Amino acid sequence: MNTKQLLQPSKSLVNIERRLFMKKTLSLGALAMLTGCDATDPSITDRILSAMSRWNDEVQLAIFNPSKPAPVYTEADITEDFPFNGYYPESKAPVVAEAGFKLELSGLVGKKESWTLEQLRALPQESQITRHICVEGWSAIGKWGGVRFSEFLRLIEADTSAKYVGFKCADNYHSSIDMATALHPQTILALTFRDQVLPVKYGFPMKLRVPTKLGFKNPKHIMALYVTNDYPGGFWEDQGYNWFSGS
Amino acid sequence: MAPKQAPREKIYVHRLFVRVFHWVNALGMTLMIMSGWRIYNASPLFDFRFPNGITLGGWLGGALQWHFAAMWLLVVNLLVYVVVGFATGHFRKRFTPVSPRSVVGDMTMALKGKLPHSTTTYNAVQKAAYIGVLLAIVLAIVSGSVVWKPVQLQELAVLMGGYEGARLVHFFSMAAICAFIVLHLTLVLLVPSTLIPMIMGWARKTRLEQEASHEH
Repeated sequence: MNTKQLLQPSKSLVNIERRLFMKKTLSLGALAMLTGCDATDPSITDRILSAMSRWNDEVQLAIFNPSKPAPVYTEADITEDFPFNGYYPESKAPVVAEAGFKLELSGLVGKKESWTLEQLRALPQESQITRHICVEGWSAIGKWGGVRFSEFLRLIEADTSAKYVGFKCADNYHSSIDMATALHPQTILALTFRDQVLPVKYGFPMKLRVPTKLGFKNPKHIMALYVTNDYPGGFWEDQGYNWFSGS
Repeated sequence: MAPKQAPREKIYVHRLFVRVFHWVNALGMTLMIMSGWRIYNASPLFDFRFPNGITLGGWLGGALQWHFAAMWLLVVNLLVYVVVGFATGHFRKRFTPVSPRSVVGDMTMALKGKLPHSTTTYNAVQKAAYIGVLLAIVLAIVSGSVVWKPVQLQELAVLMGGYEGARLVHFFSMAAICAFIVLHLTLVLLVPSTLIPMIMGWARKTRLEQEASHEH
């Protein structure tokens, strides 16, 4: 499928695009000068757009229905050759050894002990066939299985009145979601893909599967998670993607 | 009969709310279309991309920021226009009556070069085009909302063939709006005097209109 060529650009490409973006913003500033507006500071456009993005976070949280499930599909609907996606090529995906791996917990949680994969696999497992929608526009249907995240948060005695859950990943990726979405029944700590141990390509040792958010809000290769009231941002979010990015 | 040298009278053509809607909509539509093209380029539906030079945002993230900011301008502006348009009877007076037969008839006359231009009333082709582009904008907003919120609005998504169907509807409503814009700008270039009332509100009567009004 041609979506494979359309994956996230490499970081250097993104940086070039950022620079072009700044250049365009600068020329917008120059244009504003001609009209006599005091918009010579190139960051004014950026600041307005950021403010609108924060407003959109609020709107999305308000219209998010915590009990409305994302559509589910059948085995026959699963996309063959589900695309790899990341800010690096597939060959650079981090290989985490299961031996010695422990999921680290921090922040507003009562039980901070780390979890091995064996311990996580011993918890009740559920699976879902849902549509992964990329911020770029393409979508693909996959099957993920693992621990219901709200159940895991209950087990670790997380403060579910806190605002955010943040994730740190083996590939230096990081992201965060709102607590309402963390408690959504379809949000799972995925350990399998199509009934097999989650392969490196799709995020071994574990991925947060959130069918109510865009793909980049589904962090892979999760090594640590934390609960907090301080806005944690994220890899793409810090560069300008909308933080809530709900579906 | 008025003497030929008499200054032509002013007539009021476009109300203030129509003019404000028109220009805010023109700005909002431009921002939405140019940023939308950049978003399209991140994962093209068809075998082409829009040249980056005619897009807005610089990269996908920037384009999305513009798109999700300008959408509020577009939607709020349209809502005010629709409410005022219905409440004041503006839509009824300007856009009706219109029938397929009248559109075909006026189109035939226009192609033969026999359709008289009137400053204050729309012919059937104009009525159909303006109603059509307004519906295309509404469809773009509805399908865009589905692409933005395919889970929360999944009942609406079903009507469009799901998320991927809504992407197509969104694309083609954009294409319809662009087709209108091309036609609209072409006609303004052909009859530039129509630009003045959309800015000032009034127009000078044409000689024919002036003479006709004095004969009555």
